Amino acid sequence: MANDTATTGKKKRRIALGCEGSANKLGIGVIAHDVETGAATVLSNVRHTFVSPPGTGFLPKDTARHHRAFFVRVAKQALSDAGVRIADIDCICYTRGPGMGGPLTSVAVAARTLALLWGKELVGVNHCVGHIEMGRAITGAENPVVLYVSGGNTQVIAYAEQRYRIFGEALDIAVGNCLDRFARAFEISNDPAPGYNIEQLAKQGRVLVELPYAVKGMDCSFSGILTRAEELAAQVKRGQKGPEGELLTPADLCFSLQETVFAMLVEITERAMAHVGASQVLIVGGVGSNIRLQDMMGAMAAERGGSVYATDERFCIDNGIMIAHAGLLAYETGFRTPLEESTCTQRFRTDEVFVKWRK
Amino acid sequence: MATEFPLPRVLTYPASAPPSLIAQGAEGRLYKTTHLHADRPCALKYRPPKPYRHPILDARLTKARIAAEAKVLDRCYREGVPVPVVYALDAAAGWLMIEWIEGIPVRQGINEWLGERPEDDAPPAEDLDETPIVDLMKRIGQAVGSLHRTGVIHGDLTTSNMMLRPRPQGSEPEADAKKKAVAGDVILIDFGLATQSSSDEDRAVDLYVLERAFASTHPRAERLFSHVLEAYKHSFKKAHSVLIKLEDVRMRGRKRSMLG
Repeated sequence: MANDTATTGKKKRRIALGCEGSANKLGIGVIAHDVETGAATVLSNVRHTFVSPPGTGFLPKDTARHHRAFFVRVAKQALSDAGVRIADIDCICYTRGPGMGGPLTSVAVAARTLALLWGKELVGVNHCVGHIEMGRAITGAENPVVLYVSGGNTQVIAYAEQRYRIFGEALDIAVGNCLDRFARAFEISNDPAPGYNIEQLAKQGRVLVELPYAVKGMDCSFSGILTRAEELAAQVKRGQKGPEGELLTPADLCFSLQETVFAMLVEITERAMAHVGASQVLIVGGVGSNIRLQDMMGAMAAERGGSVYATDERFCIDNGIMIAHAGLLAYETGFRTPLEESTCTQRFRTDEVFVKWRK
Repeated sequence: MATEFPLPRVLTYPASAPPSLIAQGAEGRLYKTTHLHADRPCALKYRPPKPYRHPILDARLTKARIAAEAKVLDRCYREGVPVPVVYALDAAAGWLMIEWIEGIPVRQGINEWLGERPEDDAPPAEDLDETPIVDLMKRIGQAVGSLHRTGVIHGDLTTSNMMLRPRPQGSEPEADAKKKAVAGDVILIDFGLATQSSSDEDRAVDLYVLERAFASTHPRAERLFSHVLEAYKHSFKKAHSVLIKLEDVRMRGRKRSMLG
C-alpha cells in the first residue's frame, strides 16, 4: 500500500493496531480513520480461538498459554492482510480489561513489546467500550440503547453525558456463561462456540420446558436458570421424562433455555428504552450474533416504532479491530497510556471510561 | 391521549365507560374507565401479549404478574396500607381493575411547593414555614413503613409512584395554593415490581431506591429526605435495623465490581 504521507506531506489517515485477548479469543486487527471525515476502514481482522474439548471450559492458564503461542503468528497475519508498513501505524491499542487475568496479561505484555520495539504509543482500551464503538461504526446506529451480551458480560447501556451508563446488568453470571456451561452438560462442541451449537440444536426443539424467569427491574439473574437446566439435562441423559411427563430431547432444552433467557434480555432492554425514550437498539458481544435473539429484539423494537442493529460474528465476537477502533477514537482526542501505566485489570466497568470523542 | 392500540376485550363491553389511555410503559398500559357504576372511576392495568416471547412463556408470565400484583395489593389493603383497592381481575387475560386515585403525584406536589426557589439546595428563607412539606415527608415515611411492616417490598419506589389524594372538603381549613400542593393522603401505587419479603436487606434496598430517585428528581429538596427516614424509623418495630442496613446498602451502591 502507498505511503500515506508521500503525496501531500500531510497524513490523510490514522492507523491503529488493536490487540484483544480478554477471554479465549486472540484477535489482532488494523483500522484506519480518515483524518478529515473520521470514517473507519477495516484493513485487517484476524482471530485465533482457543477451543477446549467438549464438556470443559477454557481455563485462564491454558488460554494465556494459547495467546502467548499465537500472538506473533496472528500479528504478522494482521499486518500482511492490512498491507501497511510498521511506519504507517500511529498507535498500538490493547485491552486493559475487563477479562480473565492471565490472558489479559499475556496480550498486554505483547502489546507493550510491540510499542517498545516499533517506538509507538500505547492506548489501553475498555473491552466493553470497544464492542459498543465497533457496533456503532459498523451499523451506523447513532444513539442506541446497547445490549452487551457475552460470556463475561450482560449489560444494558445507554449513553449520557460522555459516559456509557449501565442501566441494567446481570446480578450473577453472564448470559453467555450460562449458555456455555449448559453446553458442557450435554458435551456440546465448543467449536466454533458453544452458543452457536446451542443455537443450531435449538432449531429442532419443540417443547418449551418451564425454567425460572429472573428479572428484577432492569437487572436479571442467570445462575438459578442454569442450575435448573443442568438438572433437567441430567434427567434427559438418564432417559427420564420431563416434569409434565413429556419426552424431552437435548434440542428441547436448548430451545427452552434460549427462549427464556432471551425473553429476559429483551424485557430489560425494552424497559431501558422506555426509560430513556429511545427507539434504536444495538446488540453487541458474542451472544449478539445469535439470530433468534436478534429476531426477538427486532419484534420488540418494531412494536416501539424502532429497529434493531446487530453485526455478524466478525465484529460481535471478540476481535482486535474493535480495540483498534475504540483506541484510535481515544487517541485522536489526545488520550495515551504511558508505558509505566500500561497495566491490565480484571475489573473495569463500562461507566468508568470518559467518552471524550462523543458529545 | 389517542388510543391507537387495540383495546383489551374487557374495555369493549358496554358496561364500562369509554376508556382513555393514561399511560403507556414498557410493561403495559393504564386506562381510566368505570367499574359497575358510571360514577365509580377505576384504573385498568393491561399487560398486552409480547410478540417477541414464546406464547406459552408469555401467557405464564402475564398471568403470574397480574396475579402477584393483585395479591400484594389485596394484602396491603387488608393490613391498612394506603394502596388502591382491587375491584376485579382476569390474570389470564392480562388485566387488573383497581380503584382510581384522585389527586396528583407526590412528585408534582413537591415541585409545586419548591416553585421558583433558588438552585443548589439553598437554605430556605428565614420566614418560610416548612411545616407542610416536612409533614408530607413524614407521611411518605409512614406509608412506606406500613408497607414494609406488612411484608411487602414495592420494588420501584419513586415520588411518581405515590399519589397525593385530597382529603374531603371542609375537613381542613382553607390553605394557600402552596400548602394545598403538599396536602392530602399519600397513596402508594404501581406494584408491578412488588415482591413479598420481610428481610432487612430487601427493605433497605427499597428505601435506597427511593432515596436515589428522590435525590435525582428533587435535588433541591434532598435535605428534606431525612424526615422520610425519621418517620419510617418510628413506623414499625424492625424499622431501626432496616435503617442500619441502609447504611451498608448506601456504601455498596448499585455498583458491582465487574468480573470480565
